[in-house]
Amino acid sequence: MTDLIPDTVENAAATPEKDQPFHLLGLKPDEYQRIRDILGRRPTSGELAMYSVMWSEHCSYKSSKVHLRQFGHKVTEAMTKNLMVGMGENAGVVDIGEGWAVTFKIESHNHPSYIEPFQGAATGVGGIVRDIISMGARPVAVMDALRFGAIDHPDTNRVVNGVVSGISFYGNCLGLPNIGGETWFDPVYQANPLVNALAVGALRHEDLHLANAKGVGNLVVLFGARTGGDGIGGASILASDTFAEGGPTKRPAVQVGDPFAEKVLIECCLGLFAGDCVEGIQDLGAAGISCATSELAANGDGGMHVTLDNVLLRDPTLTAEEILMSESQERMMAIVRPDKLDAFLAVTTKWDVEASVLGEVTDSGRLVIEWKGQTIVDVDPRTVAIDGPVYNRPMEYPAWLDALQADSPTTLARATDGDELKKQFLAILGSPNEADTDWITNQYDYYVGGNTALHTPDGAGMIRIDEVSGLGVALSTDANGRYCQLDPYVGAQLALVESYRNVASSGATPLAVSDCLNFGSPENPEVMWQFARAVEGLADGCLELGIPVTGGNVSFYNQTGDVPIHPTPVVAVMGSIDNVARRLPSGWQDEGENLYLLGVTADELGGSAWAGAVHDHLGGIPPHVDFTAEKDLAGLLGAAAHEGIVTCAVDLGTGGFLRAVADGVLRFGVGARVWIDEIVARDGVDATAALFSETQARALVSVAREDDVKFRGLCDGRNVPVLRVGVTDKRSGELEVQGQFSIAIDQLRSVHRATLPAHFGAVVGA
Amino acid sequence: MPKVIVEVMPKEVLLDPAGKATARALQRFGDGEITDVRIGKRFEITISGEVTPKLLEHIAEVSKDVLSNDVIEDVISIRVAD
Repeated sequence: MTDLIPDTVENAAATPEKDQPFHLLGLKPDEYQRIRDILGRRPTSGELAMYSVMWSEHCSYKSSKVHLRQFGHKVTEAMTKNLMVGMGENAGVVDIGEGWAVTFKIESHNHPSYIEPFQGAATGVGGIVRDIISMGARPVAVMDALRFGAIDHPDTNRVVNGVVSGISFYGNCLGLPNIGGETWFDPVYQANPLVNALAVGALRHEDLHLANAKGVGNLVVLFGARTGGDGIGGASILASDTFAEGGPTKRPAVQVGDPFAEKVLIECCLGLFAGDCVEGIQDLGAAGISCATSELAANGDGGMHVTLDNVLLRDPTLTAEEILMSESQERMMAIVRPDKLDAFLAVTTKWDVEASVLGEVTDSGRLVIEWKGQTIVDVDPRTVAIDGPVYNRPMEYPAWLDALQADSPTTLARATDGDELKKQFLAILGSPNEADTDWITNQYDYYVGGNTALHTPDGAGMIRIDEVSGLGVALSTDANGRYCQLDPYVGAQLALVESYRNVASSGATPLAVSDCLNFGSPENPEVMWQFARAVEGLADGCLELGIPVTGGNVSFYNQTGDVPIHPTPVVAVMGSIDNVARRLPSGWQDEGENLYLLGVTADELGGSAWAGAVHDHLGGIPPHVDFTAEKDLAGLLGAAAHEGIVTCAVDLGTGGFLRAVADGVLRFGVGARVWIDEIVARDGVDATAALFSETQARALVSVAREDDVKFRGLCDGRNVPVLRVGVTDKRSGELEVQGQFSIAIDQLRSVHRATLPAHFGAVVGA
Repeated sequence: MPKVIVEVMPKEVLLDPAGKATARALQRFGDGEITDVRIGKRFEITISGEVTPKLLEHIAEVSKDVLSNDVIEDVISIRVAD
């Protein structure tokens, strides 16, 4: 096989009429024609390989680009003042003070995680961690937003077990704490689970590095794991078609990850940056060498000359096209000054990492790749990496949406007495989307590294960055596909404010956003409409809250059969806190503290957990978003945490007030007595709404008696409506809703905890 | 009682991290001739009674569906032990 003649540029020019299997690589006829127009000839099979992967939806953002531009436009100067690196780089970088910066990003690995859940999810973690390393940061924590099919579907067990084991395997081996995330079950994700992995890293300001190929004569070095046949999938078609019969069999589309190799790679990259041995480092993810070479060249001086024979191979039978497209994991590409190559190699040798020089940076404006002494690629890298196709896809208001919104939850039967309320409450608490996820999170190491201040079940994860000053960051990921199905514009904003509120409830100040936008097929005009609305909602919301989107990714073509998933824009908000010792946990610990509800309650049950778990209903409109109220609430929580006058804060989200009370009780097993009469009287709602409505901009806090006056003064001063709604009770061992019902904590816990183990097996470490 | 031996290997083109680590360890012990190691699985399945073609067919089926993950592994041999 290796002695077959590669398809050279010369050959391509001489054989313009050769039939090329572009459609099998996902290219449309007009895209193929455009490649021919750009090159002025037919592409070689290597060029076709590169264009096809780089112009794929995943790499080129061709359907989403026109909408994503809003994130760049809808910003103010104040929003970007802490932003050291914005969208478009591997990950955004935010200044958090004291000379520290934080980089974070969330990315999807949905489709591989359905084919091979374990490796798919594991390599999802590995990929996002490499994005963080390439910015010069040390990764400090990971999180995951997961969506699975119906909890009782026979295939869900396979996917859940595989994905969770894959995440825990990779993250635990790397030594990164997994501090949070969320898990939902819904039939729309049956054949298309979502695995969105987030990583966060910390760096000193001066250690920031950008990946570009500048400096003519600088060397292009590939290092890390060897290149093998992982994740090539369709590329093998190219090879077999080019070389007629007897070509390689179709390669698998999955990749296998090696977390120990990645751990070494982290230390190696940090060593290279610290020793000033590199100009820049780019991680290799989707589209492998094709992506790294074209992006580095396009972002740098514009040219690069690469000899592909120098790539260290795990499998010597790989063809040039396969090497260009391989997605073998744990690889990085560096730009190194020639006089620093020895120092570079000294570091890689120390870490036992293999490296090879592939070529050099040029100012020719061309990316030229040689293979066996012949030129097989000669392209303008910008046409590959930047100026790909851009589509203004048709959009259409969904035909079914008006009927869905008209199907309001007001017609659903409400409880008439305390016993019924109790039954409904337990149904919500034990429902798959509200149930305790400790079956999942107990498989993750959330303390490794010794800097974890908050983790699941707290509403946000928190990590200490500076071990002396206590400076830290808090992160939360949220998305409510049910809300988004009802209204993608408002639904995306609800994901944003929920995440924002979770971070604020930990005592941190929200600073920046990363998003992972999961949608159905962009070729479906109704899905495209949902996408456009969600992006618009998110961009408008970020502008209102004054926090910028720093990066993220878009995942299209998520559907089960012909049914697209609910729009699922996962929003990760990152905030900073001066000292993690001032953090607020999501539960009270002491006797006799007052419980206060911040914010007002309206009757908002559209898309709620109550409608879903009690009535199996999805319809109406989602809760209203009030950005001013959210900002006031966040400001209050930050100030109260800073002054130490609240002892805990629980954000009110799905499940409403009573769900938040249950969270507060279950966090440390301390009971509470709450009353709703005053909520009912002040806000004009009934008991069902008081307990289960999902009105936004609310939080529940516990305040020690001696801080009562100070706390109420703070609320008045900041215009946040406040009601005393209960007291903590260490002795009762109960959650009591006065005049309605009471439940023993043990019962509460067993209902909350039973759901996942009942389907997936015993809880680890319980 | 007869035994059926099933052998499963990671797919040749995919990375085998454990095999790679083992190869490097062996190389550190100084044996320069070892260039690669791949680690697979061997199942010894004890049968009560006779090994019929039908039974072997059944074992082939479970080997593919249960004993291996055909996305990343291949069943490379199924044979009756001597």
